[in-house]
Amino acid sequence: MKLDRCCRTTIVMIAAGLFLPGDAKARQAAEPYRPVTDERLENPEPENWLFYRGTYDGWGYSPLDQIDADNVADLVPVWSFSTGVNSGHEAPAIVNDGVMFVTTPGNQVIAIDARTGDLIWLYEHEMPEDVIGFHYTNRGVALFGDKVFMATLDARIVALDAATGEVVWSESVADNSSGYYMTLAPLTARGKVMVGVSGGELGIRGFVVALDTETGEEVWRTHTVPSPGEPGSESWQGDAWQTGGAAVWLTGHYDPELGLTYWGTGNPGPWMGDVRPGDNLYSNSVVALNVDTGELVGHHQYHWNGSWDWDEVSTPLLIDVERDGRTFPALVHPGRNGYLWLLERSADAISFVDAWPYVRQDVFINIDPKTGRPTYDPLKKPSTGTQADFCPSLWGGKDWPPAAYNPGTGLLYIPANDNLCGTIEGQEVVYRPGRSFVGARTGLNVWPGADHIGELQAWNMNTGEKVWTREFDSPNWGPVMTTAGNLVFMGGTSDRYFRAFDARTGDQLWQQRTNSGVIGVPSSYMVDGVQYIAVQSGFGVDAASMRRRVDSDRGTETYVPQGGVIWVFALGG
Amino acid sequence: MTRDEMDRRAALKAFVGLGLASGLADCTSAPEPGGAPAPTEQPPAADTTPPEEHEHPADGDVLVFAFGDKEGQVIAPSDVPLGGPQIFAYPADAGGGHVASDSRLDQVILVRMDPSSLTEETTARAVDGIVAYSAVCTHEGCDVSDWNEDGLRLVCPCHDSEFDPSDNGQATEGPATRRLAALPLKIVDGRMMAGGGFQGRIGFRRR
Repeated sequence: MKLDRCCRTTIVMIAAGLFLPGDAKARQAAEPYRPVTDERLENPEPENWLFYRGTYDGWGYSPLDQIDADNVADLVPVWSFSTGVNSGHEAPAIVNDGVMFVTTPGNQVIAIDARTGDLIWLYEHEMPEDVIGFHYTNRGVALFGDKVFMATLDARIVALDAATGEVVWSESVADNSSGYYMTLAPLTARGKVMVGVSGGELGIRGFVVALDTETGEEVWRTHTVPSPGEPGSESWQGDAWQTGGAAVWLTGHYDPELGLTYWGTGNPGPWMGDVRPGDNLYSNSVVALNVDTGELVGHHQYHWNGSWDWDEVSTPLLIDVERDGRTFPALVHPGRNGYLWLLERSADAISFVDAWPYVRQDVFINIDPKTGRPTYDPLKKPSTGTQADFCPSLWGGKDWPPAAYNPGTGLLYIPANDNLCGTIEGQEVVYRPGRSFVGARTGLNVWPGADHIGELQAWNMNTGEKVWTREFDSPNWGPVMTTAGNLVFMGGTSDRYFRAFDARTGDQLWQQRTNSGVIGVPSSYMVDGVQYIAVQSGFGVDAASMRRRVDSDRGTETYVPQGGVIWVFALGG
Repeated sequence: MTRDEMDRRAALKAFVGLGLASGLADCTSAPEPGGAPAPTEQPPAADTTPPEEHEHPADGDVLVFAFGDKEGQVIAPSDVPLGGPQIFAYPADAGGGHVASDSRLDQVILVRMDPSSLTEETTARAVDGIVAYSAVCTHEGCDVSDWNEDGLRLVCPCHDSEFDPSDNGQATEGPATRRLAALPLKIVDGRMMAGGGFQGRIGFRRR
């Protein structure tokens, strides 16, 4: 495309220093780039935010404490940067020694001086005009060595030179015309860049693939739906596995000691379970994959034969939990199915420990105390030609926005939506490559008399107690970050605010109204002794869809302007 | 030529003529209408996709079934059921040779409505109550493949945007705020044909 050529040229000129605005600060960022190593990723410096959730255990936690509960009221914007595009801005600002990398819908990567806001380079992916992608967003880059990696809507991994933005390699990992696309931030470890695929509404067969960070060559590929004869294939009948879904559209977490990566999987396809009898492994599960070989060494399926669009793609947080005097390495997952799951991870298995509802849930009659397998109320399970109403809605108790864990408070923070229920009526559907393979008509309704929808919940996983809850009239699509300054940062509401709460009490301590709704992942970093908080504001995708449907049910009209802006805050004065 | 395309060409000219500074400015700020609710302003009639990028559909093209038992066969008015659901079609040369099935952006949906229910502007493009639109949703670009038989609306299954086929493809429900691009139809010697290219912007966003 013409625009791309023009932009590429611009990138190179900036990187070569021929188009700098005469600002020494801009040149400063062009100093030698500090490579990202396994050692650094396993123990990131407090001042850096090196990947999607900051650490491999997925806590969304910054050990910086210059900004704290006592002074956060003095937080002010220090610079901002318009992305030039609409739709959902979900990516965190990822920062390595003062160089910030942000992705936007349309697969731009913007490299910025994290202190000044000066542009270093801008990469715009050459997107096929007829790209198939049901969710026009991207959730960020991954770093390794001297490269920056992005997964694209047209199912490629692009490796860029971190210093210049030039393409080092670009590899297709799946056929976009058959409905495979990507929105997640990659996971990097041990010389590999790992991604999963979206397309659960298009009849794909999900997988996680690892490419060599240097060459782009494929190292391993593990499908999340087994082929006939493989373990788990007994949970499928006929050819249903070929279009079985189980997409992987959020970044995995990693336990370096076990050498295992953990990935959440989406619902099976098409949506109605009666057309694909069986449990449909490994849909709606967490799977443990060996980082070097991709071997699937363990799994836990949250709910079998899924029929509610409850993608369980959020990766569990890796937390040590104490129960009955025993401390064990846990996987903690606030499920889209409305249950909070506590699992134990080990070298060769994932074991069920406990689960309980954290929002209104009327589908599960009970949970097997040994296996965690739920028993369903049959009236709450939609099927072809039959409508069922159920809670929570198809967007679940929590959709993709990540929860966070603070080791100082010992609390897990969940961005939830309560009091939302829905209907699904199954319809017959025929598979055609690259076309919608859903087979459902859906509805959304607010629980009668409910006084709020959005919530921020704080849980003590040792005791299983909810310590505090903040309630919002609006739906909440806010990813959560927490810091050593006893703070929790979150946007997510339709009123465009980005907020800070006391991590111990939930008291609101600060808020800033932004250009649009904040559905970006917040991050924190430090440059020259100053701590910054960064977040993208740019409403869109399913957050906008839910907003419209809630309005439709309530008879209200809420206008949330679109357009993306990167915001950076620091203490004033 | 779309406004988008004009902007793009203007951007390119500025890039060539004025150097990198203007090129950067144009590249980083995509011309994109905001997500305004219920747009009332109609694009100009000449607002069609540039022919050099999409040769089809064009004036005189026939429409053929995109898939199903009759895939590739020319669609007759009698093939389009009254009151929906919509039929997916690709444009093809009237001679029956080339079918433009390479790009999703060339896909057409056909639906037959009660002629008395059509607005004046929609009537002008319709034949026998049959109306045609781009199949690409203006929200996130999915195929508008579902049909609301109670409300007589075209529905996108991805995020449940709904469009009124009787009223110029206007967005009526869901997150989409822009109408579907419309395709004028005509009948020549008893055959249904496109009477021109798409009117309105196809799909959701083009940078």
